[in-house]
Formats: sequence, C-alpha cells, structure tokens
Amino acid sequence: MLIQEELTAAFHPGMQACASTVTQYLWLIPAMPMVASGVIALMKQPRRKPAAALAIGSLGLSLLVALAAFAHVVSDWTQHIAVRETVNFTWMQVGASHVELGWVLDPLSAAMMVMVCFVGLLIFIYSVGYMEHDENFTRFFCFLALFAGAMLGVVIANSLLLLFMCWELVGLTSYLLIGFWYQKPSAAAAAKKAFLTTRVGDIFFLLGMVWLFAQTGTLLFYNSGAGSMEPLALGGMLATPSALGLTAAGAIGLLIFAGAAGKSGQLPLHVWLPDAMEGPTPVSALIHAATMVAAGVYLVARVYPLMSAGIVPGGTTAALSVVTWVGASTALFAALIAVAQNDIKRILAYSTVSQLGYMMAGLGMGGVAVGMFHLITHAFFKALLFMGAGSVIHGCHEEQDVRKMGGLRSAMPLTFLTYAAGMLALCGVPIFFSGFWSKDAILESAHGWTFSHGPYFMLVLGAVLTAFYMTRQVSYVFFGTWRGHGHAHESPAVMTMPLAILAFFAMALGLIGTPAWPWFRAFLDSRAAELDMHAFAEPGWLMLLATSTVIVVVGIGSGWLLYGNKSPDAEEPDALERALPPVWAVLRDRIYVDELYGVTVIAFYGWWARVADWLDRFVWGGVVTAVAWLFRGWAQVNRLLDVHGVDGGFDKGCDEIAAGGGLISRVQSGRVQSYLRLLALGVVLLAAILFWSSRG
Amino acid sequence: MNGLPVLTLLTVLPMVGAAIALFAGRHARGVALLTTLIGLAISLVVWTHLPADGSMGLVERMPWAPSLGIEYHLGVDGLGALMLVLSALVTLMSVDAAHHVHRQPGLYFALVLLLEAGLFGSFTALNFFHWFLFWELSLIPAFFLIKLWGGAKRGPAATQFFVYTMAGSVALLLSFLAVFLSTGTMDFEQLANMAAAGTLEQAVVAHLGPVMLWLAMGVLAGFAVKVPLAPFHTWLPATYAEAPSPVTMLLTGAMSKMGVYGLLRIAVPLFGRQIAQMRTPLLTLAVITVVMGAWAAAAQKDLKRVFAYSSVNHLGYCLLGIFALAVPAAGVAAQTSQAAALNGVILQMFNHGVTAGALFWFIAMMQERSGGERGIDHFGGLRKPAPVLAGMMGIALFSSLGLPGLNGFVGEFLIFRGVFPLSWQAAAVSILGLLVTAAVILTVIQKVFTGPVPEKWASFPDMHGGERLAMAPVIGIMLLLGLLPQLVLEHVNPTVVNLLAHWRF
Repeated sequence: MLIQEELTAAFHPGMQACASTVTQYLWLIPAMPMVASGVIALMKQPRRKPAAALAIGSLGLSLLVALAAFAHVVSDWTQHIAVRETVNFTWMQVGASHVELGWVLDPLSAAMMVMVCFVGLLIFIYSVGYMEHDENFTRFFCFLALFAGAMLGVVIANSLLLLFMCWELVGLTSYLLIGFWYQKPSAAAAAKKAFLTTRVGDIFFLLGMVWLFAQTGTLLFYNSGAGSMEPLALGGMLATPSALGLTAAGAIGLLIFAGAAGKSGQLPLHVWLPDAMEGPTPVSALIHAATMVAAGVYLVARVYPLMSAGIVPGGTTAALSVVTWVGASTALFAALIAVAQNDIKRILAYSTVSQLGYMMAGLGMGGVAVGMFHLITHAFFKALLFMGAGSVIHGCHEEQDVRKMGGLRSAMPLTFLTYAAGMLALCGVPIFFSGFWSKDAILESAHGWTFSHGPYFMLVLGAVLTAFYMTRQVSYVFFGTWRGHGHAHESPAVMTMPLAILAFFAMALGLIGTPAWPWFRAFLDSRAAELDMHAFAEPGWLMLLATSTVIVVVGIGSGWLLYGNKSPDAEEPDALERALPPVWAVLRDRIYVDELYGVTVIAFYGWWARVADWLDRFVWGGVVTAVAWLFRGWAQVNRLLDVHGVDGGFDKGCDEIAAGGGLISRVQSGRVQSYLRLLALGVVLLAAILFWSSRG
Repeated sequence: MNGLPVLTLLTVLPMVGAAIALFAGRHARGVALLTTLIGLAISLVVWTHLPADGSMGLVERMPWAPSLGIEYHLGVDGLGALMLVLSALVTLMSVDAAHHVHRQPGLYFALVLLLEAGLFGSFTALNFFHWFLFWELSLIPAFFLIKLWGGAKRGPAATQFFVYTMAGSVALLLSFLAVFLSTGTMDFEQLANMAAAGTLEQAVVAHLGPVMLWLAMGVLAGFAVKVPLAPFHTWLPATYAEAPSPVTMLLTGAMSKMGVYGLLRIAVPLFGRQIAQMRTPLLTLAVITVVMGAWAAAAQKDLKRVFAYSSVNHLGYCLLGIFALAVPAAGVAAQTSQAAALNGVILQMFNHGVTAGALFWFIAMMQERSGGERGIDHFGGLRKPAPVLAGMMGIALFSSLGLPGLNGFVGEFLIFRGVFPLSWQAAAVSILGLLVTAAVILTVIQKVFTGPVPEKWASFPDMHGGERLAMAPVIGIMLLLGLLPQLVLEHVNPTVVNLLAHWRF
C-alpha cells in the first residue's frame, strides 16, 4: 500500500499561494476547445474545413499549454519540489459563506491533461477521414470540441462542484454523440440509456457532494490546508459517524464512487456502455474508451485522500474495499461477456468495461499510481484498437460482424500491424507492450492484498479471458479467408497515421512504468525516481512475470486453437458454442442483465408513473369531483326549498342561498359572472366588517 | 430614486397599456409589446437600485384608511425585485409568442396587460389589503384568457382553475381577517415583527382563542393551491393544457411564483412556529409533490400536460427548500444550509419561470406549425426538418433537466445543498425527482426529435429569423445564469440573510 503523505514528506511542498504563470493560464486548456465549439455551432452547415481546422487547432493549442504545464511540474519535481498549484475563485455567495471553484496543477492533472489532449488530437485528425462523407460533419466537430473542453474541465478542476459540472457536460456530449445518427431509433435509444444510466450514479454523486459540502464547508480539493481533501477536513469527517458503521468520510466516498461507477461502466451500471457503440467509431474511441469512461477512475484518484482517509499502512478502508471488489467483479464479468460477442465494437466495448474494472481494482488495492498508469496505457491502446476497428469497418463497407470479415491482414496491412500492437498490449504480452507493465502492477498489488485473494484470482482469470477473446477477434477479422461482400480496402493516410503513432505509444509507454524505473509512479507520488536494475531480479517480480506469461500463453494459445485460421462460415455455430451451448447462450445474451433491469427498474418506472397518474385522475381529482357533486346536491335542495312552499317573506333570503348554491352547482358550466358578483359581495362584506370592527 | 414612485408607476403602466390596447384593434400586440418592454426596462432599473443590505427599497408609504389598518405601502427587496423582473420578462415573452390572436386581439392583450399589473401589484404590496386586491385581480384576466381563447375543454378547465384558486383565496382571506381583528394591522412588516417577537400569537390567542394553527393552515391552503402543493394541484394540468400556450407561459412562468412568494412574504414570517409544528407533514407533501409530479409527467401523452406536471415537480423543490427551513437546527453550519436552501428557492423560482415559459413558447411554435398538434407520439424526427428548433428547444429542455452550465442546475444544487443537512431523508427521496425528470425530458426529445421523419412532417418549417431573434435572449439568460449565478445572487443573498435573521420557527 502506498500512502501519499508519507512519501511526500521528503519533498518540499510547492508554493501554493502564488501560482506560476502556466497555472494561471491553465483555464485556457478547456476554454479553447469550448470556444471553438461555440464558433462552429454558429457557423453555417456546409463549411467543413474551417470547422475541422478550428476543432483540431484549438485542441492542438490546448495540447501545447498542457505540455507546458506538464514540463513545469516535471522540472519542479526533478528539483524535489512537489507541485500542487491552485487558482481558486468565488463563484457565488450564499449566506456568509462562499461557493468556490478553481483549478489545480499537480502531477495527476498534468499527466491526465496531456493524455486527453494528445489522444484527443489524434482522434480528431482521424475523424476528418472517418466522417468525410457524413452530411453533419461540422456538427460532429462541434460536439467533439465541446466534449474535449468539458473533459479537460473535469481534469483540471480543483473543486468537486466544477468537476461535477464538467462531468455532466461530458455526459451531455456523450449523449449527443451516441445519438449522432439520430434518425436511427437504436442510436437515439442508446443515447438516452447512456445518459439515464450514468445519471443514476450521478444522483448519488450529487448527494455525496452536498454532504461533503455540508461537512467541510468547501468543495475545493486543495486550498492551502482548508480544502476538503486536506487533513483538517478529512479528520473532521473521520470523527463523524454515519449509518452502517461507516464514518462520514467513508459514506461520502462511497456516494461519490457511485457516480464514478456510472461513468466508468462498473457493475451494476455497465449496461449503457456496450450500447453506446451506436455512435460513430471515433466517438467510441475517444469518449467510450480512452477518456470519458476513464473519468470515473480519475475521479476516484482525485478524491483518493477521502477514499483512503484513516488508512493505516497495509490496511484498507471501507470505501477502498468496495472499489476493489466492484472493480475486480467488473473486470471478470465483462471479460466473460466479451468472449461471446460477434460485433467488433461490442467486443471492444466489453473489453473496455473489463479494463476499467482493472483500473478500479488497481486504485483500490495499489493506490493512485497503479490505477492511473493502467488508465494512461489503456487510453492509448484502446483508442488504437477502436480506431483500428473503425478502419476495418470503413474498409469492409460498414460491416461490423466479425464473422463476415476475415483475411484482412493482406488487404489492410497497416491496420493489421497497428491493430496487432494494440491487441498484444491489451493481452499484456510481456516486456514489449505497455499493457503488460500496467496490468502487472495491478496484479502485483492484488497479490499483496492481505484481506482476500478473491480479487487476485478474478483478475487473473479476467486476464486469461482477455487474451482469449482478443485472439478470437483478431483471428476472425485478420486471419482465415475473406467472407464479406465486395473488396476490403485500406483506409487513407489521415486515418492510418494516427494508428501508427498510437501503436508506437502502445509499446513504448511501458518504459515509464517498469519496476526497475517506476518513473510514472514516482512522479504521481512526488518522490524521486531511481533506476534500479536489480528490481528485475527480485523473486516476487519474476514470479509475476512467469504468471503473466502463463496467462498470455494460455489465453492466446486456446484462442488460436479454437479460432486460428479456421475461417468458419457466418451461419455456423461458434467453436465455443458447439462445446458449451448453455454457457455460450448465457454469455451471448450478456448474462441477461438488461432483461433483469427491464422487468425490475424499467417496469417499476412505468408502473409508478401509471400509479401517479391514476392517483391524480381518480383519487385527488375524485375528491374534487365529489365535492362538486355535494355542492350541486346542496344547491338542488335549496332550489326545491325555494320553489316549493316557502312564503314570500322568506323569498329574499332564499334567493341569496339559491344564488350561492346555484353558483356552485354550475361548476361545470362556468357562469363566472356570478362568481364575480360573489367576489364583489365579499369585498363589500370585508369592508363592512373592517369598518364595524374599527369603530368598535 | 429622487422620490419618484417607481413601483406605483410600474403597476400603473400595464393598466394604461391595457386601456390603450383595448381600443387599438389589430395594433394591440404592438401596444402590448411596447408596454411590456418598458415594464421590463423599469423592473431592471428597480433591480439595480436595491439597497445593498437586502432590506426593502424604493418604499412608498401613504396613509389610506388608517383607521382600518390600511396603508398604501409598497417596497421591494431582492426577492420582490427579482419577481418583478421575472413577471416583466415572462409577460414580454408571452406577448411575443401570441402573434396569432385573430379573435378580439384588443381584448386579449388588454387582459394580458391587466394580468401583468396584477403581478406587479402583488409583488410590491406590503399591506394585505391591496396585496389581496392584486392577488385576486390577476385571477380574473387569467380566467377570461383561458375561457375565451383556450382549447377544446377550456370551459371546465377555466372554471376549475377559478373555483380552486378562489377556494384557496377564501381560506387565506378568512385567516387574515382573523389576524387583523386580533392585531388591528395588515402591514406585512409590522406583523412579521410581531410574529418574531411572539406578540402575534399572544394577540390572536387573546382575541380568538387557540386558533393560530388553523389560521396558519388557512394561509397555507391559499398558497398551496397556487404553487401548487400536492394534493391541491389537480386544477393545474387541465388548466395549463387548455389555456392557449402563451397564457400557459404566464400561468407557469409568473403566476405560480405568486404562491411561492406568498409563502416567503406572508406565511413563513407570520406563521413560522406553526409551520415548524407541521413540518413533517408539510415536508412529506413537498417530497410527494416533487416525486409524484415527475412521475405523473412520465405518464402523460400530451406535451402540455407533460410540462404542466414537470412544473409541479420543479416548484416542488421550492416547497421542499422552504419547509426544510422549519427543521430545528442551530449553529453557523445550519445557518449556511438555510441560506443555501433559501437562495436556491429564489433562484429556482426565477429559473423555472424563464425555462418553463420558454418551453411553452416552443410548444406554441410547434402547435402553430402542426395545426394544433401536441401529442407526444404525433411527432417524430423533427430534428431533421427543423434543426434550429430542435437545438434551441433542446437547450431549454436540458435547462429544465438541470444540466450544469444552464440556469436550472444552480437552484436545484443550492436547494439540495441546503436541505440535505436539515433533512437528509427528504433530500434523499426527492433527489429521485431529478432522475425521473431526466427520463421524462429525454423521452420527449427521443419521441419528438429523433427517429425517421414521418411523411407529413417532412417539410416541418424551422424557426424563422424573427423567432430565432426573439428566443436568443431567453436562451442567453439560461446560459448566463448557469455560468454566473452571482448576477442574481448579489441581490438575492443579502435579502435571504435579512429574511432569515427576522424569521422565527
């Protein structure tokens, strides 16, 4: 277990009061894409080139600022200064207190913003080729730029409120982009499902946020000792008990984690992410693989001091245990489903869900650096895989069923090579691929987790399955013989160039996170990174290397045995289906989670809506109708009294009663003149009473 | 402001406008537009001339019938002034939206202006006598607007609206008469001070016996109907649906705020202790209003009814915030929570007014283009032929959903921020309303704007230049207040602090 405070003790804290120039201008990073988005929105439809140029240009500029900020953090770090610079400002004043927003530059935000800008920029460029023939090209870039701005806002936020606001905006752009082809009812439905499922998590997040606010009086993370993630506030929350034996810190942490679970597709809120593949493929790569879905992981990393509040070395907290178990379960669960999917993007979607589970588990057991390292490497290789899949889909004339592809390694050599790099990274092939190093770190911390071996075995099994389903997919798509229609063709350079760049990073990024030179971990933890080649010779690490090798060999080997070069017909049952038909059916149908929600949550929603409507029409409304009838009856009685057998002396009084009664009896006929008369009468009466009483 | 009776002038202005519009024939809309524009300008001037400490500004006092405790007493604080701006804005939007009144336009716009006068009057009056006159005055034009220009079932709807609100008013009037008989004054400030000192209850008990709780119920009933609070809301869906859409804008955008305003200006200051006694049932009803309002909206097939119920839900948050104030709590943290809740309530009043007004305006546009169609299932794929309408209405819809960055979020956030520490149970249950509202609104978008375009809507006309120009400032307000809520809070917060300092629960 890593505990940040101890490690940073040797470092001088950065000067918080006066933020450096680059920190003062950090807001430009999200602002530039947002402004670009606004400009594009107000442009006329056919002007494609300026739209794309604006979006790409603005994000490029953001990348430059982000790199400058990153360089600043790194240079201070090499001088043994732990950088955490904040700029805070008052957003509104409530009572005597202020609601403050702000942004923060520290190793965590610096690393994340560079990743988001860089991967985002490559995907923007790729989109120029991918969306070339779409009639709504400009709107696509408008939404993409808005997304990038909002996502970068999440990254730099130094206030849970600002983070939440950008978080919801990110959700909005995700909604808009999943439903980009809105004329397809399935896309519109998927967009709605995504928004609502994540909003389930978000209402817990909102509760956690208002609770945190009420407890600590601030939503700033860091504010020279007065922030909510700083020891003073954390101590207060630890001392406050709440329900179920949790401290307030634990309960708030869990509520916030519910929001993170929604956004990051963790069990049981994962159902929206596979459906989100209805969006254009660059969207899947950018939002639903590399960046937005990782925002949940980032959020947990950001509030890690809260999640781990009160931890002792070698221990854990209630919140972190939940994060661990949810993450590990998700990792295994989604990997199982991915085995039996046939849509190229859906396989990757479940794979993403599974990998996000790894990140969460890494955060839960190994700390911020372990989870974040996998987040960064995954962003590169999963974006690569999605864009490769997009290239394949493009080349196969919008075909997405892997059974109707095959042999593409000769028709699309560049796509194949880059895709293979991504696939090997995802499988965790040792030494040469980044995925190995980052996944290894997670397995290592799982192995050392003293509370249970459950997560470790789940993650190992998940890793075997990952290697298996990726091998199955690659065999179907790139090996065997061509089973599709027409001729497959390689994609243009504007699409393959980003693939090549990402493939490079899918391999090279591992270099910054090896046990011998754990640069990334040291950077995030703000301690010195030392090169120590002996780490490779440690028995513990060698054991893990051996385990990983076995995982990869078993996974890839069994996958190749079943699917390699077989080129089965699309109608033929799957190799696994023949072996285990009932298991296959369950996995193919996604373990019936959607169906379960259909008969529970969705049914409850519809049923309760009808109850509310029924209550309105018949109970509350019924009371009104009954009262109206009572008045009518009363009026009738009065009328009868009036007409029959009443002597003339009583007539005048009765007239008034009848007028009053008849008035109300006309509830349905609406003779308002009489009401006005009554109103006038009332005013006169009021005046009379007033005179009378004041005299008296 | 140099002794100029600005508030009186503001209230008289629409009355004069109404008189002119009545005889202006087909120029009536122009007259109404001009009048409401001037009204908006004056209300903004009022807004900028408020005292910084949140107390009553622009006060006008004149003896009227002193022996009766009747005094002509006007004044506005941040709350009143914000409601003036809202009323002026919503009336302007409504007049703008009503460019298809062919039958008796003179009378129509005269009534609209009269309604505006009623709103201005009741948001500035500080004496029960003329406050009540304006409160009732606004009801009459509303009734005739529904009755004469409404939809197919306008008759019963108008009557239900009138009778229901009238019943509430009678209860309110009776309660206030009792207060007057006991204290001899009808001045809000005086009564509030008495209530804070505890002498109000003493006086009432001395004169009439232990009836304070009944009086509180009577006053609450009047406002509960107007806001509305479940189960006194059944008049609302039919009324909102059958009123012509521009009139619905007025009903939901401005008139529903009279109820919340009344709670804050009269009910809570005078009957704080009684409300505190009844806080559990009241909070429960508020939670029911929020949750069932949202869920009932989910069952509706008529766009106007959907948003009618959605309005019930949104104003339910205001009630939630107000009743949570009555939960006993002490200390600086509790004061901050109360201030947050009350700021949120007042922001929510304004934001809901603007957003709901805009939504019914959009519905008016859709009805114009489709021959009066407003069934949620009758549309589909409209984003294709009408992208600008879809985009602008989309922004208004997301504002209603409470998306951060737009106005709706800020009020709801502050209300939950305030209510959660005061009554976490109420907050935890009513937060479901946010989820259900999101489902309702996304379903509307899905059914109306996405999917394939049906044959008959293939050439559905998009918003034309004039409409875009008219709607753009409204959308601008949604964005502006979503990003810079301090623009409103700078005057609201001092008022909130001031009010809370005087209230006793």
